[in-house]
Amino acid sequence: MMEKMIFGRYIPGDSFVHKLDPRSKLVFVFAFIIVVFLANNVMTYAFLIVFTLLVIFMSRIRLYFLLNGLKPIIFLLVFTFLIHIFFTREGDILFELGFFKIYEEGLRQGVFISIRFLVLVLMTSILTLTTSPISITDGIEVLLNPLKKLKLPVHELALMMSIALRFIPTLMDETDKIMKAQMARGSDLSAGPMKERIKAVVPLLVPLFVSAFKRAEDLATAMEVRGYRGGEGRTRYRQLEWHWQDTISLILLVAMTILLVLYRS
Amino acid sequence: MTEILSFQNVSFSYTPDQPDKRKAVQNVSFSVNEGEWIAIVGHNGSGKSTMVKLVSGLLFPQEGEVRVMRNVLTEENLWETRSNIGMVFQNPDNQFVGATVQDDVAFALENSGVPYEEMVERVHTSLSQVKMDKFLNHEPHHLSGGQKQRVAIAGAIAMKPKLLILDEATSMLDPQGRDEVLKTVRELRKEIGLTVLSITHDVEEALFADRILFMNDGKKYAEGTPSEIFALGDKLIEFGLELPFAMRMTKLFQLKGVQLAGQHMTEEELVNDLWTSNFNK
Amino acid sequence: MDIKLQQVSYAYSMGTPFEKYALFDVDLTIPHGTYQAIIGHTGSGKSTILQHFNGLLKPSKGQVHIGDRLIVAGKKAKELKPIRQKVGIVFQFPEHQLFEETVLKDIMFGPMNFGVSAEVAQKRARDLIKLVGLSEETLDKSPFDLSGGQMRRVAIAGVLAMEPEVIVLDEPTAGLDPRGQREIMDMFYSLHKERQLTTILVTHSMEDAARYADNIAIMHEGKCVLSGTPREIFADSKTLEQYRLEPPHIVRFQAKIERLMNQPLSRICLTEEELADEVARALREGRDKQ
Repeated sequence: MMEKMIFGRYIPGDSFVHKLDPRSKLVFVFAFIIVVFLANNVMTYAFLIVFTLLVIFMSRIRLYFLLNGLKPIIFLLVFTFLIHIFFTREGDILFELGFFKIYEEGLRQGVFISIRFLVLVLMTSILTLTTSPISITDGIEVLLNPLKKLKLPVHELALMMSIALRFIPTLMDETDKIMKAQMARGSDLSAGPMKERIKAVVPLLVPLFVSAFKRAEDLATAMEVRGYRGGEGRTRYRQLEWHWQDTISLILLVAMTILLVLYRS
Repeated sequence: MTEILSFQNVSFSYTPDQPDKRKAVQNVSFSVNEGEWIAIVGHNGSGKSTMVKLVSGLLFPQEGEVRVMRNVLTEENLWETRSNIGMVFQNPDNQFVGATVQDDVAFALENSGVPYEEMVERVHTSLSQVKMDKFLNHEPHHLSGGQKQRVAIAGAIAMKPKLLILDEATSMLDPQGRDEVLKTVRELRKEIGLTVLSITHDVEEALFADRILFMNDGKKYAEGTPSEIFALGDKLIEFGLELPFAMRMTKLFQLKGVQLAGQHMTEEELVNDLWTSNFNK
Repeated sequence: MDIKLQQVSYAYSMGTPFEKYALFDVDLTIPHGTYQAIIGHTGSGKSTILQHFNGLLKPSKGQVHIGDRLIVAGKKAKELKPIRQKVGIVFQFPEHQLFEETVLKDIMFGPMNFGVSAEVAQKRARDLIKLVGLSEETLDKSPFDLSGGQMRRVAIAGVLAMEPEVIVLDEPTAGLDPRGQREIMDMFYSLHKERQLTTILVTHSMEDAARYADNIAIMHEGKCVLSGTPREIFADSKTLEQYRLEPPHIVRFQAKIERLMNQPLSRICLTEEELADEVARALREGRDKQ
């Protein structure tokens, strides 16, 4: 099941979007999330769709792959659509069956909200698909830097995030290993009544915690011995470079915002 | 001879309030000079790991002194001392801090505030010294244990340390990984004259050392060249270690009545002796 | 209880874009009561193959016989529990699977999962703790207060307590000091001899395979490329080299001596004792001829 999820997965590549600086991509996506709410008629929603398709095209991610990855959220999409159809009671009645009526405004709202939802998910997916988790962390750290003045531990948060990311595969392997070892000792996680299954989680969780603590202790020792004393006086090996492409992508976003403002009703 | 590290009558106990319990390290003295390779051997629980913690300032001795570059190690000069010591630990996974190979090598450099341009140069140089320069952007879970340990070595030597400590750095590796790491260390010693302190229970690894410190129950049982230490023979076995291959064979040959002139540490010596004592008459 | 793999292939993430084969057409028969070694580098597929011996993984193609049970690719296999009782696996670094409050409870965990009464399980734990070289007082301690080597022994006792007919060992001595390594390997060997316990040792140590195994299978890039007795396998160091493996130290040393003596010894020696005997005999015979 995990393998079919694409949200939060990174696919290496060298497209225009891949090469953008994580800062510009983050700013872009956050701004886009706000800009989306400007759209309120057919014309402006059409702009949004075209714009999203353009970004998808530039990221060179196969459309099929993206749509396939949307499967897990189809339920949500249908659900929001239906809510609007059923509960908006404005405009002309398009369809009537007993007390069940579909209004023009309901259909309009349903379609618009679904599009809004879809482009948001697609855009954020493209962000995570084209940017390695560690670059995203770097980007967030630099963008949040001004908040250091407010005593927000920006460096520490970023380091925690990058270490967590680095250990995810290790801990996944470990979970698999311990699960197999306990299954070989007759423990069964996948069958039996709920009470039994909950009991079977203990032999998995205890070793996992013990090992995670051991790793954390080792890692802390290794970091201390390698001279880690917090963010002060530290230099950065990972440098971010702002290119003309980054400026262009932000100009594009501004242009689209202007279009939306002009054409919204 | 410049002294890099020394222990002066060092004792340490994890339970200082219970004086009747055996101390983890008891009255140990030794020194490491520039350019030497010293191996500390002993079975699990002989006090080896505690000694490493005392060198890196994770623990401080209750009696005696630890000196690094002739300065007594204290809380005050701890961080300065640490920049002079590179360490590689046992578990390859648990010391890999960076997201990729180059990030990990840069970690200690970042901590000590090395400027960006110099950092890039040092990362590349040290990675090519351990022959991992083709793996710059690899993530740790795509590397073998031996490769991860070589990255850890690169991270240590990027700081140009006076001393490299290998804390059972090969004990979790397969034979291939072990050979890779030991070969890397031998080459580095030739190239940059690195001083090495290795903690191990692998006798074949200890054979590479100039001097061996043989620990048992927290005490220094013996210190000497590999041939002096392995001449202790059965004592080593009694304390949970084994003899090098060539020595075991020499003993067996003598037991079965094969003529040999003496004891041998290496296969070459043994084969030569077999030849001169039995054929070349 | 025989174990038989017939043309077994296994792919991870089957049916996704990330599908990756780890085993290709592996045929392997392990008759009851034998000591089988499986050797290969990291990534050769040896840890994938071992999970087929008790149904933790089901083949993507081919079939696996475990005693009278048959697991066929593509078919649902129900009730694998009885198999898991009969085939015990000691995974690499088994101390990571300990979780109970006391050593005793942890050793009893396996057998009680298979329906053994608490009384019997407790008795087994008392017998086994001595067998693995720990004192009976250890039973009341928390496993997390023990040293790494002692934890390893407790974990091994926990698998043996299931009283399996087949025991699979995945690098059982990794990370132990030389004495610990020898004690653990000798213990499994005497169990194998005394109780006719079928033993499958998955390892990269040629030395252990030479010393203990009746049969050796060599794995390379997901295929079983060589299989035979230790002497057969080690006679051909050229072939081994193709798979980036070399014969055990003792066999390489024998080759050196043979070159020196300019005559082959009468057999390939698998242990240091054997080689010393053979060399002494060859020298005696040489002297007698003169």
